[in-house]
Amino acid sequence: MILEIRDVVKNFNGFCALSNIGMDVEEKKIHALIGPNGAGKTTLFNLISGMYDVNRGEISFKGMRINGVKPHLRTRLGIGRTFQIVRLFGFMSVLENVMLGRHCKTKAGLLKTFFRFSMREMQEEKITRENAMSWLEFVGLTRKANEVASNLPHAEQRLVEIARALALGPDLLLLDEPSAGMNPREAEELNSLISRINQMGKTVLLIEHNMQLVMGISDVISVLNFGEKIAEGNPSEIQDNPAVIEAYLGRKR
Amino acid sequence: MILQQLINGLMLGATYSLVAIGYSLIFGVLGLLHFAHGEVLMAGAFMGLYIILWSGLPLYIALPLAMVATGMLGIVIDLLAIRPLKKDFHLAPLLSTIGVTIIIQNLAVKLFGGYGTRFPDAIKTVHYKIGPILISSINILILGVSLFLMVVLYFFIAKTKIGKAMRAVSESHITAGFLGVNVDRVVLITFGIASALAGAAGVMIGIAFHAITPFIGLTFALKGLVVMLLGGLGNVVGAMIGGLILGMAEVMSIALLPTEINLQDIFSFGIMIIILIFKPAGLFGSRVTQG
Amino acid sequence: MDYLISVATIAGIYIIMALSFYLPFMTGQISLAQAGFMSIGAYGSAVCTVKWGIPYVPAVLIGGIFAGIVGVLLGLPALRIKGIYLLLLTLGFGEIVRVVAINLEYTGAAEGFPGIPYQKYTLLYAYGMVLILIIFFSRLRRSRMGRAFQAVGSDENAAEVIGVNIISAKLLAFSVGAFMAGIGGGILAHYQEYIEPLMFDIMHAIEFLIFAIFGGIQIFWGPIFGAFVLTFIPEFLRAIQNWRMELYGALLIIMMIIRPQGVIGLDTVQVVERLFRKALGNVNRVKIGSL
Repeated sequence: MILEIRDVVKNFNGFCALSNIGMDVEEKKIHALIGPNGAGKTTLFNLISGMYDVNRGEISFKGMRINGVKPHLRTRLGIGRTFQIVRLFGFMSVLENVMLGRHCKTKAGLLKTFFRFSMREMQEEKITRENAMSWLEFVGLTRKANEVASNLPHAEQRLVEIARALALGPDLLLLDEPSAGMNPREAEELNSLISRINQMGKTVLLIEHNMQLVMGISDVISVLNFGEKIAEGNPSEIQDNPAVIEAYLGRKR
Repeated sequence: MILQQLINGLMLGATYSLVAIGYSLIFGVLGLLHFAHGEVLMAGAFMGLYIILWSGLPLYIALPLAMVATGMLGIVIDLLAIRPLKKDFHLAPLLSTIGVTIIIQNLAVKLFGGYGTRFPDAIKTVHYKIGPILISSINILILGVSLFLMVVLYFFIAKTKIGKAMRAVSESHITAGFLGVNVDRVVLITFGIASALAGAAGVMIGIAFHAITPFIGLTFALKGLVVMLLGGLGNVVGAMIGGLILGMAEVMSIALLPTEINLQDIFSFGIMIIILIFKPAGLFGSRVTQG
Repeated sequence: MDYLISVATIAGIYIIMALSFYLPFMTGQISLAQAGFMSIGAYGSAVCTVKWGIPYVPAVLIGGIFAGIVGVLLGLPALRIKGIYLLLLTLGFGEIVRVVAINLEYTGAAEGFPGIPYQKYTLLYAYGMVLILIIFFSRLRRSRMGRAFQAVGSDENAAEVIGVNIISAKLLAFSVGAFMAGIGGGILAHYQEYIEPLMFDIMHAIEFLIFAIFGGIQIFWGPIFGAFVLTFIPEFLRAIQNWRMELYGALLIIMMIIRPQGVIGLDTVQVVERLFRKALGNVNRVKIGSL
């Protein structure tokens, strides 16, 4: 298990966003998290990536307890993520955005930047650039490398965000509604992109509303509603699960 | 003795409330902490000063006149420095208001000199003895006017159509726009009201301290912002209460710590730092985080 | 000619100051403390040369380092504070430095610190430092830390999740910026031969902000341009000298309205690079983006 979540509770000023969440994410699988809006899915992502701390419960990554560990350290451990609303650094170029993915894996500090005596720093910069370009190639956007990030159409910005997260070299990739705002063709390409990411040996945890995408690609699906996990299983189990149908469609009168 | 100081504190605090309410209103509709609001207060104080000095009009006419004049200044600021701004650069409004601050303050120094200008006696200073404490007519005037304005404002926002529009715009520009509200006009009116209140506060301060300088703008900008932190950003009622609390706390600190250095300003500055470090969202919580 | 040299020297020093504002600005920290740091550097280096007989270059460096250390101290609380509140914090800091300087007998108190040894090659030292800073910033732009700074300035939370240590990034930018300001102060002190607390007040801090914001915030050439132009032009238009600050304020507002990124932007740099390439032809291909 690459990620283990045990009895997690998260409150916001009295509002209970998540209660008694337990979930295991198996390595090298594609694990989807679905549920109606407001179910707490993004909150769970925020807890995993470290933006918030849990009120109760434990989160373990690669067997190590990560409660209270700061976000940038979790990144170093191997957790990468994208956001529900694209959060690229708008005024920087696409390439620069992706190059930032390698920040925690490189070391050149301010002094070394200025003095640039060692060949090692120049090598490092070159490697970072090449690494970033290769990820851009992976998502199919090399031609836009020098464009200002905020100028790209929405779907391409999402791809850049994924490339940036991949440049981190994560073992676990959290994708928050990556297909939001994409048309069917773009969603198709996203589908194959996620497969390719998984084939590289990376574990993918995916929040999605696009059921076609989810059913087609996931190994395991967990369903959240009102902050609780109401079902878990493979796609066909979930599709037939009455509790899930009820959560999405409301109680049948 | 403590009670005596409390009365002064209330008086001071009432002026802080007036300033802070202006900040809250503008923050509510624009999400902007109006750096130049203190300068508006200072301009209002001077306008009031000269209205009283040159026209000899009694206070109950001169004050509304000063408020109207200051309100118009606020409207001009909105029209020239805020409204034309493009939405992309999120720091633009803050920087623009810094520009406004420089212009107003330097003009004021040129017009009125860098030293204090004596504020004309607007009312007769009479002292009333109530039990062990001495209340001056100035105390009563300032408290009375401030409370009156706050009550009027409260009903204005709660009951009138424009007030409702202001509240709608505070919630969301987009939604308010869908509902047919002319967002730009609401912002304009808010600026006018906030600035008029600042003008009133300025005149009150002139009366209380008997002199004003072109530099009081920054001091009150600071105090107003501290009150915002105390009462919660965008929270008008919080601003009212916070102002009174700050005023009383300041007065207490002077009374209890007798030193030569002007601790007053450092006191509110210190409070600001402490709150920001330990509770960046303000004491009573804000609707949005500061920034 | 002498006159031109003196204006150019001051412009050089102000370029250093504008860049010292720019570095923390890249990480999203708007600091009005640079005048205060300049003061620390000025007084620090003056004490070194006048009272302790230390030669020019080490003295200026010591002044800068001293400012940098204070920069770390101020930078720590500043980490949690943003926007207008950071403005006030840094403003307050500047005021505290000024008040301390006014009261410090050792360095002349309010009367100022006279008798600082004149450095006749100040022009060279100033522009030498500018050159060093140009190399620094251009290397920064194409480097890991530079990207990190920009990311922090653009979206702090996203940067943190990407793996950037925002605390060390902001602290580093802030303290190195303070160091630069200190160096600027040291160079100024040994040019004017006399310094006093009033030379490092709020209006100067705002001036440095305006140089950078007007000049352009997307790339380090902006603050250089802004400081240079805004120092020279008032010298040659005598008529506007008295209205310098008001003009700066108006300029700030106008820039925010028509071109918030400042005069020099990424687009400007691209145009210049294209011209360079045309001029040099294929014989000497200039590496694109090397500026």
